[in-house]
Parts: sequence; C-alpha cells; structure tokens
Amino acid sequence: MTTPVQRLLALVPYLVQRPGVTFAQASTDFGITEDRLRKDLELLFVCGLPGHFPEDLIDIDFEGDTITVIDPQGVDRPLRLTADEALALLVALRTLAETPGLADRDAVLSAMAKVEEAAGTAARTADLVDVQLEGSPEVLAAVRDALARGRALRMTYWSAGRDATSERVVDPIRLLTLSGRGYLEAWCRTAEAVRTFHLGRVDEIAVLDEPAAPPPDVPVRALEEGLYRPSDSDAVVTLGLEPAAAWVADYYPTERVEELGEGRLAVTLRAHDTAWVRRLVLSLGTAARVLGPESLAEEVREEAREALEAYETGQSA
Amino acid sequence: MAQKKTERLVNLVLCLLATKRFLSVQEIREKVPGYDADNEEAFRRMFERDKAELREIGVPLETGSDSGWDDELGYRIARRDYQLPEISLTADEAAAVVLAGRLWESAPLAGPTASALLKLQAAGVEAPTGPAGLEPRIGVTEPAFASCLEAVRDGRRVRFSYRAAGRTRVERRDLEPWGVVSWHGRWYLVGHDRVREGPRVFRLSRVVGKVEPYGEPNAVQRPEGVVLRDQVALSVAETPTATAVVRVREGSAWELRRSATATAPAEGGWDRLELGYSDPERLADRVTAFGADAVVESPAEVRDAVVARLRLVAVGGDA
Repeated sequence: MTTPVQRLLALVPYLVQRPGVTFAQASTDFGITEDRLRKDLELLFVCGLPGHFPEDLIDIDFEGDTITVIDPQGVDRPLRLTADEALALLVALRTLAETPGLADRDAVLSAMAKVEEAAGTAARTADLVDVQLEGSPEVLAAVRDALARGRALRMTYWSAGRDATSERVVDPIRLLTLSGRGYLEAWCRTAEAVRTFHLGRVDEIAVLDEPAAPPPDVPVRALEEGLYRPSDSDAVVTLGLEPAAAWVADYYPTERVEELGEGRLAVTLRAHDTAWVRRLVLSLGTAARVLGPESLAEEVREEAREALEAYETGQSA
Repeated sequence: MAQKKTERLVNLVLCLLATKRFLSVQEIREKVPGYDADNEEAFRRMFERDKAELREIGVPLETGSDSGWDDELGYRIARRDYQLPEISLTADEAAAVVLAGRLWESAPLAGPTASALLKLQAAGVEAPTGPAGLEPRIGVTEPAFASCLEAVRDGRRVRFSYRAAGRTRVERRDLEPWGVVSWHGRWYLVGHDRVREGPRVFRLSRVVGKVEPYGEPNAVQRPEGVVLRDQVALSVAETPTATAVVRVREGSAWELRRSATATAPAEGGWDRLELGYSDPERLADRVTAFGADAVVESPAEVRDAVVARLRLVAVGGDA
C-alpha cells in the first residue's frame, strides 16, 4: 500500500524525531524487516540536494544498532495527510467516540480535533463515510460499566442458533467488535464455559453487585479466525442457492462455495444444529434448497407440509 | 530499476522543497540525477510519470513562473503546503489514535490508516501498544467498496449493476453517490438515483461486478441536511404500516417474539403475537422460517404469502 517513496519521506523525519533509535524499534514501527530498513537507509545516503556533494546528501550516523540523522536536507517534517488517510483515521476515531465502552471518549474526541486540525482541508472527506455499530446504547453502557467495575452481569439472551432465550449470569472478560458487530466475551455460569455473546441479541441486562469472577486460567481466544469454530461433530450441509439467496454465501461461514452458473451457487457449511438450517431454508422459500443430506431435505419438506395443514384445516379463521 | 526511480523521486522532492523560485523543466533535468540527458522525448515522458506519482501520494507540486514574460511553467513545492503541521498528542490521545488505527480489518481503509499513523509517528507522536481487552474490528469484504470510496471522495457519478433483496433480476443503476455507511456490520452506498429521481440506499454486497465512476470530479454535491446514517436507517429499519397477528407455539419462534408489540397466551399451548410490518413479503420470510410453529391469523396478504412459500417448499422447491 505504502510506496517506497512514501516510506522514505516518512522515515527521515521519524529518525529526526528519535535520535539513537534502534533498528529493531524503527523496523517495528514501519512494519518492515531490519534488512529492508538497512536497504532504505543505504538509498537515503545517496539522496540529497542538487550538487550532490557530500555536504548536500542526507547524513545518517550508525552506532552499534542505533540510528541518528545528522542532516535531513530539508525533509524534517512528514508529508501532509492525504484525503484517504484523513478519511480512514478520522472515521475510525469518530466510530470509537460514538461507541461507548471502546475507549476513553474524551481522549478520542481531543485526538480527533487535533488530527482534524493537522489534516486541514483533507479532513473534509471524513463525512463521506459513516459507521454505526450494532447494539443498543443501554446494553453497551451496562457492559462497559460491568467491565470497568469488575462486576457480574445478569442478562436475557436470545440464541439464534437454537431460537431460544434464556436468563443467565455471566462474568465479563472483554468487549469486542468484529465486522461492525459488538460482542461480549464472558464466562457463562450456566454453561460453565467461555461464551461469546452477540450484543444485538441481549434483550435485558443488569449489572450485579457481586464481583465478576471468571476462572483465573481461562484461555483468551484468538479472534483472527472469526468467532465461528466448526467442530467435526457438526453436520455437513449443502445448499443450492438461487441468485436471490446468494448473500447466504457471504453472510455465513462456509466450507466450500461452488458456482453453478447464472449466479447460482452450491454452498457447503457445517451446522451445529440442523434446526437452524431448516429455518434458514424455509425463510428463503424457493431461492434455496437442501442438496444434501437428503434426510434434511425431507425434514424441510415435511415441516412445510405440516405447517400447511394449519392453514388448510381452516384453523386460522 | 525500482531502486533508481525511488532515488530519483526522493531527490526530486528534496530539490523542489529547497528551491524558492520555480525551476524550469530543463533546470530540474540538470539538477536531479537520473534523468536522461540525451533523449528529450524520453526525459519528458519520465518527468510526466514522476509528477503523476508524486501527486498520487499527495505531494503538492506547485506550477507557475517567477517572471511575467517567461512563458515556460516551472515547478516548486511550498514547504507549508508539503509538511504536516505540528501535532502533539497526550499519551491518552495517542492510545486512542492507535486503537483507531486497528479498527479497519481490510485494505481499502486499513492501508491509509497505517500510513496516516506512520506520518503522525514521523511528526513525533509516540504510538504506544493499545490497551488490552478492547478489540474493535470492522471488516470490508465487499469487492465494490474501494471503487465506491474513490467515487465518493472524488465526487463522481457511478454506474453499476444491482440485485435487490430477494430479486433474481439484475438492474443497472445510475447514482450520484453521497457517501458510504457501515450499518451494523454491513456496508451501504447512499446517493441520489438519477433514474428513479430520489435518494436510494444500496447494499454493497448486492452490487454485481464493478462500480464504474464516470463524468467530471466534484460533479456530485450532497444536499444540505442529508445525514448518511439516517438514510440507511430509513431504508433498513422498516417503519411498520400495518399489524399482523401470528400464533406461535409456546417456547418457540423467539425471533418473532422479540419484535412483537403485544404477546398474549392463546388456547392449546400457543401464544398470539402482534407484529408490525410494512412489507408483507419480508414478514412472510420471517414467519415461514418457523414452519409449523408459527401460523399467520391475519391479514390475508401475509397469510397468503406464507402459504405460497410453504406450498413450493413442500413439493421440493422446483418453481
């Protein structure tokens, strides 16, 4: 993303600001290898002002594993923020400011004001993108409060997979957002396990007086892989999707997606609970059907026939 | 080769920053190492490409001349336009900026955020490791996102193919885009639809193929008072215009129960819900999901829509 020229033009003022910085620190801050950093510095050595006599060149001093710029030849400040940079950073800051529980709001707002001022006219792009995270303000505020004060939470939670709501007491561990949705990771006292709760599915919530006490050795889960962890015991289901239902392939984690032509897809996914798949397929009507296993396809047809009886016997009158 | 170009571009920036007067193209050719001294044509082409590349990364190249009678334009970079103004952040503010820098998960926004952070660090901001326990992340998986963002930034009109929810047919759209919104984890493009002559909201995941910007930059102006997220909220959240009565089996259909405006026990192990809706088809989708556990009592438009769906599914879905 960053071009070599952009990197070098930032590297010189970065070094000016930090005389004696180590190779390790500078390469970490720039997200490059130490080898790449050395090559960058070698290149800067031969850059300079017209004339290109030794005194016109950028002068850098190495001592052990530290770097110090002696003469930056006029590039002692970084380049202004571009419209894209100002937009991406300011929108991110505004999102943090508007979402309780994510960060110290006052610090975010004052940082935003300073970045806006430094960005100048480039900051005008920041209102072209807007982010609204999911989760009601009351739920977010309660979760934030419980985390800050180390209290347990009582909540009524709707589990979409099982289509059931239940009341439970949880010990909050952390609040996170993934793909714009807010989640609470907590020790669930009912399940006696760490669970990730989708904040959009919390119906009622109350901060308790008792302290949160998640077991001390609860492993923190890496979230790079997403929240969904298929298990070998999950059923493997293949759905045929018409173009109108193609969004299912993006929306749910899939094992395999096969294009069938004309916008049709065959997607294979793992489901912990096939009742969930049954509801999904029913709600999609003719835009989706179960290609396998056949037993599930028959279950769906049977469910539809049974549902029709309620209408055909005139019970709805 | 790439190395040579990088070196030439850095030298060009240093040279134009150092000069107070405008330098002619020939002066630049003499002063900056790496330009072809023999082939005028090759030099001109190379210089044009270099200028474009510097402007692309935001270097403010100024063109003009110092004397009225000199008709050849010269170049320079004004230091005050080039450099990031002084910025100093407290430790808390720096932590907030670092946290913001981790918000975007994918390239179209993560890249510019990373380079912005680098510039702040180059201006002296110390970027600490962010506080633990907070992991905000917003992803962009829609392929159309980058081109939408670019069109919105440049104020250009766009054309694209779109498949509306639940439709099989793809339609061409012609839009004056006002902005891009992430609403509860999904990205939308908001703007003035030039064919339908009104504000419209498009889910980016339903855009088919590319979004093609066309026409002049800055041709699109967002009308005063338009709030992007309100437009999305209006289009996404249904404003109920009618009420349906749906019977659901005890302990089931919680998705429907959660949005019911009234719930009352009914005979024989059922509950009776009142559900607000505006689009009978959309409500029918939701009710059909619960199969024999949810039965529409009224009105007929919703009941008929559910029955039609169930009939098709019951025979195996071949419409």
